Amino acid sequence: MTASTTLSLFDIVALRREFPILNQSVNGKALAFLDSAASSQKPRRVIDCLEDYYRRYNANVHRGIYRLSEEATFAFERARGKVARFINARSQREIVFVRNTTEAINLVARSWGDANLREGDRILLSIMEHHSNLVPWQMLAQRTGAKLEFLPIDGEGRLVLDNLDAQLEGVRLVAITQQSNVLGTINPVAEIARRAHAVGALVLVDGAQSVPHMPVDVQALDIDFLAFSGHKMCGPTGIGVLWGRRAILDQMPPFLGGGSMIKVVGLYESTYADVPARFEAGTPAIAEAIALGEAVDFLQEIGMDRIHAHERELLGYALERLREVKGLRVYGPTTTEMRGSAVSFTLDGVHPHDVAAVLDSEGIAVRAGHHCAQPLHAHYNIPATTRASFYLYNIPEEVDRLVAALHKARTLFG
Amino acid sequence: MDDLYRELILEHYKHPRRRGRLDHPDISAEEHNPLCGDRVRIDLRIENGIITDARFDGRGCAISQAAASMLTDEIVGMPVEQAKRFSKEQLLTLIGIPLSHNPVRIKCALLPLKTLKAGLYGVGHAPQDDEIE
Ligand SMILES: Cc1ncc(COP(=O)(O)O)c(C=O)c1O
Repeated sequence: MTASTTLSLFDIVALRREFPILNQSVNGKALAFLDSAASSQKPRRVIDCLEDYYRRYNANVHRGIYRLSEEATFAFERARGKVARFINARSQREIVFVRNTTEAINLVARSWGDANLREGDRILLSIMEHHSNLVPWQMLAQRTGAKLEFLPIDGEGRLVLDNLDAQLEGVRLVAITQQSNVLGTINPVAEIARRAHAVGALVLVDGAQSVPHMPVDVQALDIDFLAFSGHKMCGPTGIGVLWGRRAILDQMPPFLGGGSMIKVVGLYESTYADVPARFEAGTPAIAEAIALGEAVDFLQEIGMDRIHAHERELLGYALERLREVKGLRVYGPTTTEMRGSAVSFTLDGVHPHDVAAVLDSEGIAVRAGHHCAQPLHAHYNIPATTRASFYLYNIPEEVDRLVAALHKARTLFG
Repeated sequence: MDDLYRELILEHYKHPRRRGRLDHPDISAEEHNPLCGDRVRIDLRIENGIITDARFDGRGCAISQAAASMLTDEIVGMPVEQAKRFSKEQLLTLIGIPLSHNPVRIKCALLPLKTLKAGLYGVGHAPQDDEIE
């Protein structure tokens, strides 16, 4: 059985050919890569872009008065502009290059958090957060005496906002994921931001799973910070983004100290550069930033709404076909409504690791574990799940293979 | 995969030999594998320096649970001093699956051994992970 999809919207076969890694077999079977939520594959042009930098114009940025350095600086800053337009930032000065989502969130916790939070202040999170949008706030709470508060979820894995206004009392910051990396739930970030702003709280959005998969417009969402990672959106590892509202970034003290983040340095004190340089101490990931710009071009040429629509088709097909597998339980919303394409599940009597190992033997790459969301798994009282996640290069046939392999796992352990 | 899930592994996973707890064990230890949430507890009865009974409990993948079943079976009747020296190689031979190139799953297999050593040496005194591995 094969699903009808809107794949005709763009030529998926040609698109897959853009990803060299997909053209290989694993354990004698064609690779079905269903772990893009952990890290996506990279199209040839992104890989070429990295190589081109090292072959043609490798030089440090913002320093040299010579051609290569100027070219590198130009490309680096142009990438910043591409990223700014990609999320509809007001200015490219609002784009801070960091290593990844985790570093972006830690930057806000250290810089904004330490400067602004006092004992008794509250930070509102949800129980579905990735550890990287939880542990930095725990650490901040320990430093400042601030308190953490959590939005609960319902049986479908959606945030319960019934008590939001009450929970917002005394809250200075709401830090929330836009799309859960386990449940796939897409959270109503704009509504949460509106209500949070009404009590004067700032809103940080963990966009690690949303920015790669759907259109994200920071002005339309009316949020204050957005964190995301290049490696999950067809870009390289080692480069991520913190977007922040200019007026807020301007007021924030530096995070790391060193080169590039200063204006004037004396022996005993220094003045700091304007944003975003103030937050980019040391030599940045130049090649990676430029290649992230290339990845952004690639995604935009296809169109984020088309990518989202394609994933939604696949998700609908996967949710339907997974119902055929006896003893399989999907965590998170059971429909495609406000839901991304990460599908975490358990299979009765088979440990998630064993499920993943059987799938691997069929050439299917999925992830098993707690997906850096231990509190969420504790909520469901399970140690781990197996997760299949889809991206623009996945096809319905891979869903069919997933389902067939799950039947096989059941037989083996049944 | 047929290598990974040999008959014997599946047999021990589906029908573990010594699953359960001992009343008033002389030694009881529990270890976790934070990577995957696997958990193994081992209870031991010790008389005159000999392990006379052993039970394991916990949850985890087929590899960790089958390894626990086989290991507890193996050590009953063994002098404590000998069990303390039970090596990683011995365990891998016991379970009979090729894991030396599988850094993630080898942790699953070694979890029961780590638990046993924590029990025999006392928590904090057991050889570290890399010594076991
Ligand atoms: C929702 C979410 N937040 C944060 C992260 C952390 O991303 P990174 O490891 O790139 O910092 C991830 C990815 O693992 C994620 O899925």
